Amino acid sequence: MDVDSSQGRMAAYLRDHQDKVVGRWSELVVAGLRGRSSPAEVRRELEDLYSLVIRALSGADEQATGELRAALAELSRSRARNGFSPTETALAVFALKDAVYELVADTAELAPEYLVFSRTMDDLGLHTFETYAAAREEIIADQAEAMLELSTPVIRLWEGVIAVPLVGTLDSARTQLVMEKLLETLVATGADHAVLDITGVPTVDTEVAQHLLKTVSAARLLGAECIISGIRPQVAQTIVSLGIEFGDIATKATLADALAHALRRTGQRVEKAGPA
Amino acid sequence: MERVPILKIGTTLFVSIQIDLQDESVVQLQEDLADELVATGARGVIIDITAVEIVDSFIGRMLAMIGSISRLFDAETVLVGMRPAVAITLTELGLSLRGVRTALNAEKGLELLNGSA
Repeated sequence: MDVDSSQGRMAAYLRDHQDKVVGRWSELVVAGLRGRSSPAEVRRELEDLYSLVIRALSGADEQATGELRAALAELSRSRARNGFSPTETALAVFALKDAVYELVADTAELAPEYLVFSRTMDDLGLHTFETYAAAREEIIADQAEAMLELSTPVIRLWEGVIAVPLVGTLDSARTQLVMEKLLETLVATGADHAVLDITGVPTVDTEVAQHLLKTVSAARLLGAECIISGIRPQVAQTIVSLGIEFGDIATKATLADALAHALRRTGQRVEKAGPA
Repeated sequence: MERVPILKIGTTLFVSIQIDLQDESVVQLQEDLADELVATGARGVIIDITAVEIVDSFIGRMLAMIGSISRLFDAETVLVGMRPAVAITLTELGLSLRGVRTALNAEKGLELLNGSA
């Protein structure tokens, strides 16, 4: 049994029954999508795919297979970005098998052709799925990066005093980013005191402490003094029981204490205004 | 080999490094600075590294050593204008330059010296 010729016969069959197959195919897909795309839109998409499938099966031109794969990749990428589920995405390919099967079920002589066709479709289905997963992973990576950017603001608290409120887990990548932003801001603003506030850091272990110390010593190289604030009671206990030493780095309970300390160090004093 | 000039301003020696630092230039600078400290009796040294983009562990160590040498002549060393990238590199190398004081820019470095004098 020659695979090429049976593909060719299948292509001819599909071309002859185009309207029926595409009609049934889009019905199945629309039902599967539960009204998230309009029938007309789905039909237009599928008609394009269908003609590519026929061209790929008939083997008339070399590029058809590549074009079909690219079109499917594009489809599954857009599905992934629009939040469709994996099933809904794969449905676009597998529903074609069902649609064709319903037609050829009565005609026994097309059985071998259908098997070959079915295998091709399975391949394409897997390809769709793979692209879908890759697109999702891309989205996750983008979001992680965006979160990283969002999570490290550097705030100017006072003339010559800046603060970095750290929120979330402090890993090496975050530390690197925080350090870069902190040092750049120190240079840009000419501030000589920086407050690292760790109120939002859930746990402080030796690794996090190491990262904090690194940031402080980098800031010192620029000539700025760091104060670590926002140490919660539980965190203080952990720090002591782990035997972490912050050395001569000033540590304070709250951001307010740290600001007061920085102001004192820069020789400034805040006092109540007298009666107006 | 390029030499780094040393300027005397009042009781302070001012060194601005404007070249790509080679190992020999730093060694030479260290020797020149020691000679100059003896000759002038300066009380402070400001080393401006605003233009330095790359440091390695050797140069980092030599900068720390310059600080220690100046201390022997009762002079305070202030390293000013370090770039963030350089600071990160030195920290990653584990060099915190304990013996050297640092300031954001030359002006603040001068204030630091005058304040401590």
